[in-house]
Amino acid sequence: MSAPVSPPVARRVEGGVHQSVHHDSAVGHVTGRALYVDDVPVPAGTLEAALVLSPHAHARIVRIDTAAALAAPGVVAVVTAADIPGKNDIGPILGGEPALAAGIVEYVGQPVAAVAARTLDEAREAAKLVAIEYEVLPPVLTVEEAMAREQYVSPPQTIARGDVAAGMAAATHRLTGEVRCGGQDHFYLEGQITLAMPGEERDMVVLSSTQHPTEVQRGVAHLLGLPFNAVTCEVRRMGGAFGGKESQATIIAGIAALLAWRTNRPVKLRLPRDDDMRATGKRHPFLIRWDVGFDADGRILALDMTLAANGGNVADHTPAVVTRALCHADNCYWLPNVRLRGLPCKTNTVSNTAFRGYGGPQGMLAIETVIDAIARHLGLPPETVRRRNFYGVGRNDVTPYGMTVEDNIIARVVDELERGADLAQWRERIVAFNRTSPVIKKGLATMPVKFGISFNNPRLNQAGALVHVYTDGSVHLNHGGTEMGQGLFVKVAQVVAEAFQIDLANIRVSATSTGKVPNTSPTAASSGSDLNGMAALAAAEQIKGRMTEVAAAHFGVPPGEIVFAENRVFAGNRSLSFAELAQLCWEQRVSLSATGYYRTPKIHWDPKTMTGRPFFYFVYAAAAAEVAVDTLTGETRVLRVDILEDCGNSLNPAIDLGQIEGGFVQGMGWLTTEELWWDDQGRLRTHGPSTYKIPGSRDVPPVFNVRLLENAPNRENTIFRSKAVGEPPLMLAISVWLAIRDAIASLADYRLAPKLDAPATPERVLAAVDDIRARAAAER
Amino acid sequence: MAPVRFLLNGTPRTEDRVPPTTTVLDYLRTVVGLTGVKEGCAEGDCGACTVALGRVEGGRVRYRAVNSCLMMLPQLDGAAVLTVEGLAPPGGPLHPVQQAMIESDATQCGFCTPGFVMSIFALAHEGVPKSEDDIHEALAGNLCRCTGYRPIVAACRHAAGHADMPHADVAAVTASPRCTRYEVDGQRFLAPESLDELLALRAAHPEALLLAGGTDLGLLVSKERRKLPLVIATANVPALRRIECGPDSLTLGAAVTYSEALPHLEAAFPAFARLVRRLGSRQIRNLGTLGGNLGTASPIGDTLPCLVVLGAEVLLRSQAGARTVLVEEFLLGYRRTALQPTEIIEAIRMPRLAPDQQFFAYKLSKRFDQDISAVAAAYRLTVEDGVVRELRAAYGGMADRVRRARAVEAALVGKPWTAATLAEIDRAVAEDFTPLSDHRAGAAYRLRAAANLLRRLQLESTGAAPTRLEAL
Repeated sequence: MSAPVSPPVARRVEGGVHQSVHHDSAVGHVTGRALYVDDVPVPAGTLEAALVLSPHAHARIVRIDTAAALAAPGVVAVVTAADIPGKNDIGPILGGEPALAAGIVEYVGQPVAAVAARTLDEAREAAKLVAIEYEVLPPVLTVEEAMAREQYVSPPQTIARGDVAAGMAAATHRLTGEVRCGGQDHFYLEGQITLAMPGEERDMVVLSSTQHPTEVQRGVAHLLGLPFNAVTCEVRRMGGAFGGKESQATIIAGIAALLAWRTNRPVKLRLPRDDDMRATGKRHPFLIRWDVGFDADGRILALDMTLAANGGNVADHTPAVVTRALCHADNCYWLPNVRLRGLPCKTNTVSNTAFRGYGGPQGMLAIETVIDAIARHLGLPPETVRRRNFYGVGRNDVTPYGMTVEDNIIARVVDELERGADLAQWRERIVAFNRTSPVIKKGLATMPVKFGISFNNPRLNQAGALVHVYTDGSVHLNHGGTEMGQGLFVKVAQVVAEAFQIDLANIRVSATSTGKVPNTSPTAASSGSDLNGMAALAAAEQIKGRMTEVAAAHFGVPPGEIVFAENRVFAGNRSLSFAELAQLCWEQRVSLSATGYYRTPKIHWDPKTMTGRPFFYFVYAAAAAEVAVDTLTGETRVLRVDILEDCGNSLNPAIDLGQIEGGFVQGMGWLTTEELWWDDQGRLRTHGPSTYKIPGSRDVPPVFNVRLLENAPNRENTIFRSKAVGEPPLMLAISVWLAIRDAIASLADYRLAPKLDAPATPERVLAAVDDIRARAAAER
Repeated sequence: MAPVRFLLNGTPRTEDRVPPTTTVLDYLRTVVGLTGVKEGCAEGDCGACTVALGRVEGGRVRYRAVNSCLMMLPQLDGAAVLTVEGLAPPGGPLHPVQQAMIESDATQCGFCTPGFVMSIFALAHEGVPKSEDDIHEALAGNLCRCTGYRPIVAACRHAAGHADMPHADVAAVTASPRCTRYEVDGQRFLAPESLDELLALRAAHPEALLLAGGTDLGLLVSKERRKLPLVIATANVPALRRIECGPDSLTLGAAVTYSEALPHLEAAFPAFARLVRRLGSRQIRNLGTLGGNLGTASPIGDTLPCLVVLGAEVLLRSQAGARTVLVEEFLLGYRRTALQPTEIIEAIRMPRLAPDQQFFAYKLSKRFDQDISAVAAAYRLTVEDGVVRELRAAYGGMADRVRRARAVEAALVGKPWTAATLAEIDRAVAEDFTPLSDHRAGAAYRLRAAANLLRRLQLESTGAAPTRLEAL
């Protein structure tokens, strides 16, 4: 064995936790060698597929004639709902949601049939030849119409606490209002795609661009009438997802698998961008109506608010999105008497789904609109009103759903942000600018965020991992989380590197597969590294424990004296390399493989009373944004943004910075340029990047100061005391929307609240400018 | 029939079996197997399919970023094509642009990354340091949904101007004979090399598609997957590529790309150049042409209001001869022009401004870069002693075609050029136009904004107040 080396010193292994490490696929990304599903070499005989989408928002399917399509060149199969051998149901929460429309279509773009042919062009041509006769029915296209008919995809929900009527009666001031926010297309750069490959004995292997391999496995098994163990879903990476590949990927995978089952050949289904945007769900648009009572200091005494979500045609994730919206309509504020009603409205539009924030952004936009209105009404700075309503520490600290906010650091975060940005002086500069600038008006706003971490539904908060150590000391890591660009794989690998005290380069993460780690939750709710990191740590610790025993016996010391450090294993100043110990374990017939499992502690939720502790902890963050508005055209520009975000003890500050910046810009898009526009027939007319405008490089604030909160370990025992990061920064972008409102409010001496919905397109901004000017003139 | 020849990542390739309407993107991915090139939208808006196209300019190979999804294979003839795979051979060192992207943590999901790498490569290859504006202009055609761009811009800043770039051999690019006639499976792609040939082909095939840059027509093959029987490309006709900077006018051949035209527009009409920099993206401007914008005659064609108020003329030619038509009269209706079936657009002549004339061009859209206008406007204005002596105002996005705002002009000519004069101008705008409401904007916004752009014009032309966000 090796010569003695110096005993362990403080040197960290390369790529352990809390280090900024590049994305594990960075080289693959920049060279084009990273493979996405469409890049994987396909087996001989693979067919290409295309969908037939409904042209109607609501219609009965009278007849489907596939003869012409079947006769077209290259076509091998055409399938409809009638060809599904199992159950035509892929509903993720409530069930009863078809992969292919059966008997009735409920939105423009709903998949009705699918074609498999030798080439993609042949499949797409043949799809046009599937003749479908429809009996058109009247559609319900707006949330208002659905509300009027009380037409919901799931039952309405209410979170209530205290006595709203008494609170209102005690209030010296009372305001009511309405605000809307639009939906948002995920616009992952890689569209939905699946390669389904039938194997022996009815086996089906699907390579899917999905955040939820287990749900794809389940959906395919249901559709084909197979046991789950006959279906394997694998995903190495996605080209972006953002929630759009949580349930929606199952539709695509299910149809591809159906065609593969029907033809007994591999089938690839890749949606063209237009079909992707028409056929799959988006962020929920909300209509919010509020009634607030408050005192002369701006303290909220009672709030009665209705949040109506456009759920689209089926439930999909809507019930849970509405719950999360209600659980975030308090944001950071103590609401003593409150009633929050959530309406999951059913319309004849595409079923809306998970999207980064998952209702949280809409809930927060709602309460921030209320705060903004109170501030304007009282002539107070909105920051002051916010601060006066913050949850207390030890008092006024229970959320409307009954959870005590135990880890409240919002005041600290906001203080540090405001101090760092010198907010008071910043505000003065803006007001001074506006005094001398008649056309361009600047606005400034801050936005505090408190975001709950854990799936609202406790059962989803579990994860598994699989770790193998090989006899050369290299480590194979697998877990139930999926990589969509967020850096989950590298973070979890850092955890394992830290556990074994070996350099990150020794660890290889393999594609997520239902065959390796079963019964997984979606990679969603910002929970990926919290859950999978803990599961991987549990697996690594088991192996490490066994290795420790072997090392202790080898060196003749108690296990407690064995130390893993610097890629070696030490007993005093004697040591073995990690690889040598691995080899020794094998020789002594000790297993070097383990599964790890984790479930989040402390959480519970009662959906009947809408109370409990749904969140293990909260993430806190704050942003300040400066914008400029052209009052002649309604054009806007973001000039500067400062962000301070609490990532606990960050697992990887570089990755977290990327999540914060990226999430913020995505949120900016939701609130400014990204407008989904349906015509009066229910047809989406913004279904590609030429008409649907996500932010470009110039839209990013030219001054963009992002910092992670320092010395702020998670109070809860999370993976190396880090905090989740995926979703919270998106909501910080509400600061941009509020700053636009602030610029508009300057036209009425900051005394009136603008009437501005989201997204704040030039059209909406100009209308709000003209409106506030007219109201200000009428007052004079 | 001749094969299409080009260099692909430094290796000569000859193709004679691939149908001509195969997009370069599909060719690279499915025929060659270069899967680093991605399809994100197939409409030239996301940039995931960006490759660098090298052609000999001024004795060296100049690389320009293009959308491979909008190009047909024969358009590669005689070019040096670089894809992300060509920047760093397997096992070799990474290219400085790639290294900069890694060091800046500029990749997350990685799907858009190869396209960004190629756009940055093309910018860096110019070899001079770049301003922030240059960088945004070069990146406007690439969308990223993960990073929020800050690290990509940082990588671009780092790589621009001092990267060590591969060079294609000029001789290799120019050595092969040109492919003027390419035919596979009954589909033909003709690339005439003289005006006479082009006119003869036009006369013989009035139904054929004339392809200039293909940034609009490319959608027929990219998105609609049409198997066009016959395409006639104009890019190799010298008469259509001429640029004449005369004392009284600037003449641009119909096949001159926006990128080629930009320095000349900048010199003659800076406001026009500013607008063109927002038209499409760098990739689009490297292929698209002023002639194409005229030919498609879209009611939202961004250059058209400028051409109308400048009094530009279109030079039309057929075998029967040439004629000149004012752009204003050339545009007849929704995507309808005065072009006869056997005619081609040869060139556009723009008269220079008189010393007392001011020229302004505005564009309103949801996103500043690479968006289609909700409203576009151009004005040519002469003010004398504080009074409007002449005003030409033209708008896009307000009617079935780009046209003058005659009531607005009449309301203002002879009036003092003051804010007060414009108090009631919304009425004149409403007299001129009855715009549609669609996904770009509602009618009320279009009318209000069109009127307010006159207010901006007044403020800007008199220097009364800053009115531009981009100047902040």
